[in-house]
Amino acid sequence: MSEREVMEYDVVIVGAGPAGLACAIRLKQLNADRSVCIIEKAAEIGAQILSGAVIEPQPLDELLPGWRDNKPPHCIPVSNDSFSLLSKSGAKKLPTPPQTNNHGNFIVSLGALCAWLAPQAEALGVDIFPGYAASGIHYTQDGSVGGAIIGDMGIAMDGSQKASYMEGIEIHAPLTILSEGCRGHLSKQLIKKFNLDADCDPQTYGIGIKELWQVKPGKSQPGTVAHSIGWPLDKNTYGGSFIYHLENDRIAVGFVSGLDYPDPNFQPWEAFQQFKNHPKIKPLFEGGEILSSGARAIVEGGYQSLPRTEMSGALLIGDAAGTLNVPKIKGVHQAMRGGMLAAEHLSEHADGKGYDQALRASPVMAELKKVRNIRPGFHRGLWLGLMNAAWETITAGYSPWTLKNHADHSAMQKLEDYQSPERNWTQRELAPRDRLAAVYFATTAHDEDQPIHLQITEPDICISRCTQEYGNPCTRFCPANVYEIISEEGNTKRLQINAANCVHCKTCDIKDPYQIINWVTPEGGSGPNYQNL
Amino acid sequence: MKILVGIKRVIDFNVRVRVKPDGSGVDLDGAKMSINPFDEIALEEALRLREAGKASEVIVISIGPNACQQQLRTGLAMGADRAIQVDTEEKLQPLAAARVFLALVEKEQPGLVIVGKQAIDDDNSQTGQMLAALWNRPQATFASEVVLEDQVARVTREVDAGLETIEIDLPAVITTDLRLNEPRFVKLPDIMKAKRKPLEVIPLADLAITNDNKLTIDHYAPPASREKGIMVDSAEALVAELKNRGLL
Ligand SMILES: Cc1cc2nc3c(=O)[nH]c(=O)nc-3n(C[C@H](O)[C@H](O)[C@H](O)COP(=O)(O)OP(=O)(O)OC[C@H]3O[C@@H](n4cnc5c(N)ncnc54)[C@H](O)[C@@H]3O)c2cc1C
Ligand code: SF4
Repeated sequence: MSEREVMEYDVVIVGAGPAGLACAIRLKQLNADRSVCIIEKAAEIGAQILSGAVIEPQPLDELLPGWRDNKPPHCIPVSNDSFSLLSKSGAKKLPTPPQTNNHGNFIVSLGALCAWLAPQAEALGVDIFPGYAASGIHYTQDGSVGGAIIGDMGIAMDGSQKASYMEGIEIHAPLTILSEGCRGHLSKQLIKKFNLDADCDPQTYGIGIKELWQVKPGKSQPGTVAHSIGWPLDKNTYGGSFIYHLENDRIAVGFVSGLDYPDPNFQPWEAFQQFKNHPKIKPLFEGGEILSSGARAIVEGGYQSLPRTEMSGALLIGDAAGTLNVPKIKGVHQAMRGGMLAAEHLSEHADGKGYDQALRASPVMAELKKVRNIRPGFHRGLWLGLMNAAWETITAGYSPWTLKNHADHSAMQKLEDYQSPERNWTQRELAPRDRLAAVYFATTAHDEDQPIHLQITEPDICISRCTQEYGNPCTRFCPANVYEIISEEGNTKRLQINAANCVHCKTCDIKDPYQIINWVTPEGGSGPNYQNL
Repeated sequence: MKILVGIKRVIDFNVRVRVKPDGSGVDLDGAKMSINPFDEIALEEALRLREAGKASEVIVISIGPNACQQQLRTGLAMGADRAIQVDTEEKLQPLAAARVFLALVEKEQPGLVIVGKQAIDDDNSQTGQMLAALWNRPQATFASEVVLEDQVARVTREVDAGLETIEIDLPAVITTDLRLNEPRFVKLPDIMKAKRKPLEVIPLADLAITNDNKLTIDHYAPPASREKGIMVDSAEALVAELKNRGLL
């Protein structure tokens, strides 16, 4: 292979989410001469960002003091919030837990917010490259991280070069910052290679599925925030819903299911649709239409699962590290704070050394510590979880213990060992009809003639062991119906991977019980094109 | 020889097009915008001609607000030498767009103008043809192959009956069809180089174009959604149903 072309920067950032953008802006504010670039796999900034989102504005106030006079599109203050416990047909208001008290916060589209931050970073001199996936890490001779590799374009499914083939390049930098968000593809490699998780619990996750609706005029009350727990989840599955009312008759609705669910038959996408069709919820959406939809994993491990965030030549920030506050279901302010802190630390220590310590001594970690026992408290079911959450809240996290986290994939039980609960799910009426219909609203696009970006490392397991032991749960947990078991003549079966439908949520990489699915970056610019998610 | 290429900023072909609730237009909020795919093919062809030594300079032109500088920069990163934005907030109809091109043709004196056969937002397929008429020069539309020799272009056109090859004298206008070529990917370092290439902004008013829109748009509406089908259990039932609906 020929030598790849090389570009040099002082800092290369992988991922233009709130963490990466805040870090880049801060870097330039502190030192305009430093050269900084951001690589983003989405064709446009924000097009692969999916969040709620109600955000805490303090980090924005610090980063861009005048921002309230020049707000991003789709950004309104929260006016009221509620918290309910759902049963199959009823809803009971509960007191809003202090963590989800949203006074002073804003409802935003995080995609739109990032698209609004990007030109401000560019104005400071940051080079932003949307449409390019960082597919690998460049290592220097001494084994330190020395930059990122941008994948080749124009490779056919069989690995040959198409007429449009273009060799990727390398971006070399003394410091690489990984802000790929939850379950980053390169971050995962680095955590393994540098053993960054040697001293923490395994990371844990949830899957969030979301739709943005244009509802009938009069149904949306801008500024209203509603969360629920309970139905349609059984007591052994952690999760809940969010509904955020935006302006112009738009409502964001989403549902998060903890990926530590035990039932191999559980279908997170169906749970979301069941929630929408709950008699108390459905009227909001009747007569409306979906504008955009998608899914994304959420990092839930918090304090005890935070890996070391520093290695020779690189840092992990934001959800790539795992700084999200689960009881609040908020990660944006934490991601921005961590990114800004990294920039500030680099001003003093150009090699990044000591960042991990600085992060652990910062308000980011203090916030995680306070709530560290709430999420794992739900391992023993909803009721004990709620009681534990109340205790941890009253005591402000001063319990002398720290509950443990366990890897999500190991939480799944085998078919023969688990009695799936009677779900009593209802006949649905609201769109979308099925997962394929939903994918249409994600406007996800991948050139079909490219190598499959969902690599199965041991394909023999799928049809033999997995079918028997778990009944191929990938066909159920993937929100985009990427995995299908096809029966062929002669009673044989095979796994078909509809990779072009993938919305890059990373659930399969996390939840597959054998850990044989490896999500890698497809050709740059491929993937969902969300509108205001 | 200079080649002028028109590139229009349009809603990306992957995006689901949705009419605004009040019928005043297509909802572009948060939608990905791109170079009209046929224009991208036009630019690719111009670049290949230049790379083959048949042209000396490729100039990309876009008519629209500042946002279309994003597409011009992409054109420069693909390899165009310089760019011109004709700055206007107005949406020009094909005749006015052709007049703008004519004004730039008079200024730049190109040997060839290449544009897409149509823009995928309004699908008019008129600008190239109108420009040829106003300029009083030959045109070759729906090109799937272009060969330049001295002062003529041999162009294979996609027509209803198949393919047709014609020869036209230069200067001329060529409009591109899908099969002409496959546009290249942009190389990252070329994005940086493109930032330093010239991008001239000319206010529409400076070109003294008559912009008398011949069409007024009343409202936009999505196609009627398809009604739910019914299942018939026999050929007779089908015939009866068709008769019933006055279709037979
Ligand atoms: C359903 C849901 C609801 C949520 N609700 C809220 C909420 O209400 N409030 C709140 O504060 N937080 C919420 N969060 C969490 C919040 O979205 C995250 O904490 C936040 O987005 C993390 O920011 P980040 O910059 O670390 O990563 P991300 O926002 O995930 O951004 C990562 C970026 O990197 C890009 N990228 C990844 N890998 C590569 C690669 N290899 N090469 C190039 N580019 C790459 C991605 O395309 C993406 O643009 C929610 C999350 C979900 C899923
Ligand atoms: S294939 Fe994996 S990453 Fe892609 S949508 Fe399905 S679960 Fe998510």
